[in-house]
Order: sequence, then C-alpha cells, then structure tokens
Amino acid sequence: MHEMSIAQSVVDIILQESQNHQVNRVLSVAVKVGELSAVESESLKFCFNFLTKGTLAEGAKLEIERVQVTCRCQGCGSNFTVQGLVFVCPSCQSSEVEMVTGRELSVESFEAE
Amino acid sequence: MTVKVPVVRDILEANEQLAEDNRRVFRDAGLFVINLMSGPGAGKTSLLERTIDALREEIRIGVIEGDIQSSYDAERIGQKGVQVVQLNTGGSCHLDGNMIKSSLQALDLHQLDLLMVENVGNLVCPAAFNLGEDMKAMLLSVAEGDDKPLKYPRMFQESRVLIINKIDLLPYVDCHVGKMRERALQLNAHLEIFEVSCRTGEGLSPWFDWLRRQVRDRKAEVDGTKT
Repeated sequence: MHEMSIAQSVVDIILQESQNHQVNRVLSVAVKVGELSAVESESLKFCFNFLTKGTLAEGAKLEIERVQVTCRCQGCGSNFTVQGLVFVCPSCQSSEVEMVTGRELSVESFEAE
Repeated sequence: MTVKVPVVRDILEANEQLAEDNRRVFRDAGLFVINLMSGPGAGKTSLLERTIDALREEIRIGVIEGDIQSSYDAERIGQKGVQVVQLNTGGSCHLDGNMIKSSLQALDLHQLDLLMVENVGNLVCPAAFNLGEDMKAMLLSVAEGDDKPLKYPRMFQESRVLIINKIDLLPYVDCHVGKMRERALQLNAHLEIFEVSCRTGEGLSPWFDWLRRQVRDRKAEVDGTKT
C-alpha cells in the first residue's frame, strides 16, 4: 500500500548517487525487498517507472531481489528459514527467536553510463 | 561505458533519521511514547478515551491523532481536556517520522508523561515506519476475525502489546480468541496480550496497570540518569 513512498525514496537515493558519481543515464537499479516488508513487487515497479519519468533514470529497469524470512534461535543457535510464518525453531521448538532477514528494504547498486 | 555503482542504502533511511530525532526529543522530555496501530474501527480512539478517563489524575497524557482526513477524533479526545493535536495525512495510509516531528511544536512535551500516537487505521503500512516511539501497540477487535495474524504478520511482529478489543461481542461473532492468541504468539512470542471491551470497560484494569508501570519505569530511568 505504501509502494509510492517507497519508490519515491528509491528514486531520491538514485538521483543523489547519480549526481555524486557524475553519470548521465541510469540503466538499472538493484533493490532488496524482505518478504515481511509488505511491499508488492509489481506495484513498486509501476510506481518507480512513473516517478522516474523525465529524470536520468527514465526507462531504468528495477531489479527486485526478494529476501526470505530467516531467524536465529536463541536457544540452540541454529538458523532457519521461517515457513508459513511460524516463528518457532524447528530444531528445539523454542520461540525465543530473533529475525535475521526478511525486513530488508534497501538500494544495493545501480548500473549507469 | 557502463558502470556498476554500489550503494547499499536503506530505502527508509530518511524516515529512520527523523524517527531518531524524535526519539531524542522524547527522551529529553522524559516521555514514554506509544505508537498505537490497528485496522479502521478496531477501537483505538475508544481505548484512548478509556485510558485518559482512568489515568488522567495520575499521568499527564498527550495524544497525536493521525487520520487521512477530518478532525473528528481530535475533537473526541479534546473533550477530555488533554493536550491533543490532529494530523491529517491527506491520503497517505500511515504516519511517518516527519509528520510526527512537525506536530511536536503544537505540544508542550515537558508537561507530559505519556504520549499516545494514534496511527492511521491500517493493518499494513504503519508497521514499517518508525516514529521515534518506545513501542508499538496494536489493537485487534474480535469482529475482525481470528485469522488476522496470518494475513498481517508484520504488525504482530513489530508490536510489544496486542489488545484484543470488543470481547463483549464474542457471543455474536465467529471468533476464537484462543486461536487469535495462539496465531499472534507464533509470530511474536513476547507479545503482551490484553483482552478488553472498551464499550463495557471489562478487562481494562490490567492494561492501565501495565501502562502505569511503563511510565513509572521511564521516570525512574530519567531520574537515574540525572543523578
């Protein structure tokens, strides 16, 4: 639902970095989106395409890497991927778990010329 | 020539920075701050009214009301005679750090012990935007169904407190509170859960006690750092 403001932040970051690196045109942008960030990929792409119109990132491809939800068990120390959103360690059944990945929302890199 | 530029920046960094600024302001004022979230109509404003009525003599409470439109909620809270400011997001589905920052000048923070921020009614987006609060608390009414933890996991993950509201409606709705609790705890084993009815007042005392404790602990913390 908040893809437009997320896309605007992506565009702000890219335009700022483009200026720092003195590039003329942005070709693609790589972002990481955690499965628990409540961001929908297609909607984010749509907003990104709209917001980049008339900027040097116009037409750039938004490459989205979805990141699975993973946790570390504080009981037995094992790492596991969360299945079906059950935050319980499959090895020792402890619910004292700490989320390691899944909340990501970051711009990783971009390609430009 | 094509170049690849590494960036690695948090997309929400601008908001995180503003939330951090707010947090500092709240700390300086010795305030305990709660970001109250729920879907529309779960009873956030009613909970605030009940809480103010019960605690106003002992705790100085301020409220930030977030809504897409209208000042209806702020007028309701204003009748209680506490400091209140209405934020209209003008369409945005959540509050963010910047909106909170801009609203703070309308409040005398040093005259408050507890600031409750009522977020926009929405079970999705508010969970992703920090405001500088000490904790997020969420409400879920039994009328919404016991399946909500399965569908909106992030909010349950981020919250410290879950208030299950409208338990007076249980005879009339197909909601299994045990299942709701179990599903919520699977997402977040540390959730503090209260079952209440803001209409009848049932079950609210433990919530008030819990709030008193948070405010007292914050005061003790602030006094501790002063000496």
